[in-house]
Amino acid sequence: MAHDYSYTKQKFKVIGTRPERPDGIDKVTGRAKYGADATAPGQLVGLILRSPHAHAIIKKIDTSKAEKLPGVKAVLTCADLPDLTGGNRDLQNILENCMARGRALYDGHAVAAVAAVDAQTAKKALKLIKVQYKALPHVTDVDEAILPGAPIIHDWVFTRGIDPAPTEPSNISQRTQFGHGDVEAGFAKADVIIEKTWKTEQTHQGYIEPHACLASVGPDGSGELWVTTQGHFTFRNVCSSLLGMDVAKLKVTASEIGGGFGGKTHVWMEPVALALSRKANRPVKVVMSREEVFRASGPTSSTSVDVKIGAKKNGVITAASAELRYQGGAFPGIWAMLGAMTSFACYDLKNVKTVGYDILCNRPKVTAYRAPSAPMAAFGVESTMDMLAAEIGMNPLEFRLKNAAKQGTRASYGPVYGPIGIKPTLNAVKNHPHMRARLGKNQGRGMACGFWFNFGGQTCVDLNVGIDGTVSLTVGTIDVGGSRAAISLIAAEELGIPYEQVKTNVADTASLGYNDMTEGSRGTFSTGMATIFAARNAIEVLRERAAKMWDIPVDAVVWENGEARATGKKHGNLPRLTIKQIAAKAGNTGGPIAGHNEVVADNAGVSFASHICDVEVDPETGATRVIRYTVVQDAGKAIHPDYVEGQFQGGAAQGIGWALNEEYIYGDDGRLQNPGFLDYRIPVCSDLPFIDTEILEIPNPNHPYGVRGVGETSIVPPLAAIGNAISNAVGVRMDHVPMSPPRILKALDDATSS
Amino acid sequence: MSAVLVSTTVNGDTVEFACPQDETLLDALRNRVGLTGVKEGCGTGDCGACSITLNGRLVCSCLVLGVEASGNSIETVEGMADGNKLHPLQEKFIEHAALQCGICTPGFLVAAKALLERKPNPTVEEIRYALAGNLCRCTGYDKIVRAVQAAAKEMRKKK
Repeated sequence: MAHDYSYTKQKFKVIGTRPERPDGIDKVTGRAKYGADATAPGQLVGLILRSPHAHAIIKKIDTSKAEKLPGVKAVLTCADLPDLTGGNRDLQNILENCMARGRALYDGHAVAAVAAVDAQTAKKALKLIKVQYKALPHVTDVDEAILPGAPIIHDWVFTRGIDPAPTEPSNISQRTQFGHGDVEAGFAKADVIIEKTWKTEQTHQGYIEPHACLASVGPDGSGELWVTTQGHFTFRNVCSSLLGMDVAKLKVTASEIGGGFGGKTHVWMEPVALALSRKANRPVKVVMSREEVFRASGPTSSTSVDVKIGAKKNGVITAASAELRYQGGAFPGIWAMLGAMTSFACYDLKNVKTVGYDILCNRPKVTAYRAPSAPMAAFGVESTMDMLAAEIGMNPLEFRLKNAAKQGTRASYGPVYGPIGIKPTLNAVKNHPHMRARLGKNQGRGMACGFWFNFGGQTCVDLNVGIDGTVSLTVGTIDVGGSRAAISLIAAEELGIPYEQVKTNVADTASLGYNDMTEGSRGTFSTGMATIFAARNAIEVLRERAAKMWDIPVDAVVWENGEARATGKKHGNLPRLTIKQIAAKAGNTGGPIAGHNEVVADNAGVSFASHICDVEVDPETGATRVIRYTVVQDAGKAIHPDYVEGQFQGGAAQGIGWALNEEYIYGDDGRLQNPGFLDYRIPVCSDLPFIDTEILEIPNPNHPYGVRGVGETSIVPPLAAIGNAISNAVGVRMDHVPMSPPRILKALDDATSS
Repeated sequence: MSAVLVSTTVNGDTVEFACPQDETLLDALRNRVGLTGVKEGCGTGDCGACSITLNGRLVCSCLVLGVEASGNSIETVEGMADGNKLHPLQEKFIEHAALQCGICTPGFLVAAKALLERKPNPTVEEIRYALAGNLCRCTGYDKIVRAVQAAAKEMRKKK
């Protein structure tokens, strides 16, 4: 049955309340099972040998000694993972990233693996594998990678998006361009133009749970994978393609997930674990160490971004352009493209042009990190906006309001906006008491805006009514941060039953139809939408069953407050039938009562946020402390406000870490120097203030409840908000993230000496 | 390297296990005692996900050898609830939505319990510094600090 996804001004009973999450007790008692918490009879320990070189030819791998070590059950190299991709370049890249094929492409690249009876034996076996490398020249810096003479990472990469197509291989894998109007004409009309280059260093999602899986494959080609993932259906498809298994014969179960933020949308060692298991014919558990997570999972890009914005003295922007260079690691990605799309999405611009360059380096393959690519572009654009406002003598908030996009604005990346929240968030900032709070010495306030698309995607939900009238909901997106609670609320709302009577379960891949990754802030948006439709389908069945029980036409039955009510003069006096009464009779009225829905949840509403940040800079040490922080963001409709606030706060905290501390530091040898939480310092509890939130609700017209994704946008503004606050505190404009003490001290020294 | 028979007390129960001499207490608790509520986030004492108390002292179990547990008393998250009655910290973490993914939660609960036993009425700053050895990447710590404040209040009422 086709359902209308349009927003209706439905009055809510339970949506917007804050009940306790159903998986809470499991998670506060230690009972919840995460990636590393599963065991299987006869399980082996799998470990991976990784390249110590940034770039090297693998001349020879001698595994003979490791194989002879008692207790070793399988040793694996790329020879055990033949290329079954049929020439699919994306899959080939995934395969080569899982296990090097003749060449190590970055420090930490997997080159071999073992499975042994225990960790001690597996560690010994790794040491017995002898690899002969021939080191090659490497490059790890995004700007150096495109200089003439830079080592070419892949001879098969020719820059796409250039006409005529180039004939020489390049480290630029793709050029993308967005915009409209005539930027040169626009700049000619400007009274003031600011043009500046901005750099950000590479950061990691920093989920506290390392990648972990338990793989079990038999000689019949059937297998199971227990894994911490944001997308078990995608993992199933990718792993079965790489290993030549039938999709239906690989059952993937998503464990509880200990954080993902995009980093668990990609397979890393899971295909290797399956291959080890197949070779050993035993279950194999592989758990990455923290060092492996940093060196060999998928951090986000380091970037170098040129921004140019011109405006009239009255504050109207006449043109804006950006050139964005994003480092994607050792394999082609779409990261600069996303940066080029999001750069100017907050503004209503007549003339705008962005060009993105995706650039290969000898670093791990980049993957998504919360609103991937948007924070770096926003750092450049939102910092430039403040500089330009200062130059024309306008309040930066008023300058943004004057140029903010609105309904009907043609976005810089193409589409025309429907109802959006950028102006409302700016107005909320303007009226927020935070903006009027007094500041002390060496303190400054900054603000910045952010945008993210959000995603919908393929979604499938089963809803089953039990014999007691309670409802079991089977979903295929995973619960990253309370979505079981939100989705249970939605089912309760539709069916008119209490929240406590719904239980939401995350199904394995054998128990439900395909679901896309839980990414793009889509969990509550898309699974919520499918849940609404599945519940409405179930209500149809419930009405039919009630009609049968009453022996009246179904048209005379309506569903209200969790009960069937007969209508009309003839039947109106029949006593109502509760869901429990109808469920109890299901066996006699047609069998199990269920509702199902599969949907491609298109038109996820775009999301905007504006943040306010106060910092205090210590001019002696260059250390910056965030002393107050406020997030204002449009949620469309907050289903469970606690977890919406949690997303706002968590994204802001990650952005603060990115802005002030976090960075991948590579040595001249191309090796990562800080692969641990001591030297890659994420914010700790004593670093941060309380993070205030204000949820705005501008309904998404393309969701029955008006829901927009809420998970990602909050990481976009902090880099620039903090840079702007530092500038207002101590008068130096920081153009390189992280704005760590040495960089701030240098900026202060440079300012004094000039 | 031969294993050593370790006899220890875990959450009030006597437990014995054979432990290789180079194995961490974290691995021993998870793989030999079956207490997988003790989490590994880093293995280097930087994240606090493996927090336990050893004779009442808060430690990272990844920095202790399994054999060091011999004759000592260990408390983990699995021992926090009193039968089917949750500890006030456990209740308040759920009530205040102080967990999102939940992987850091066991460590935070153990560390917060150690704090409140020492200091029943901590200031926000004291809470923040006491929990600075526990990393959370989801929440920004806001709701965690509020949950600890609420639990402290609750526990003071009961005394």
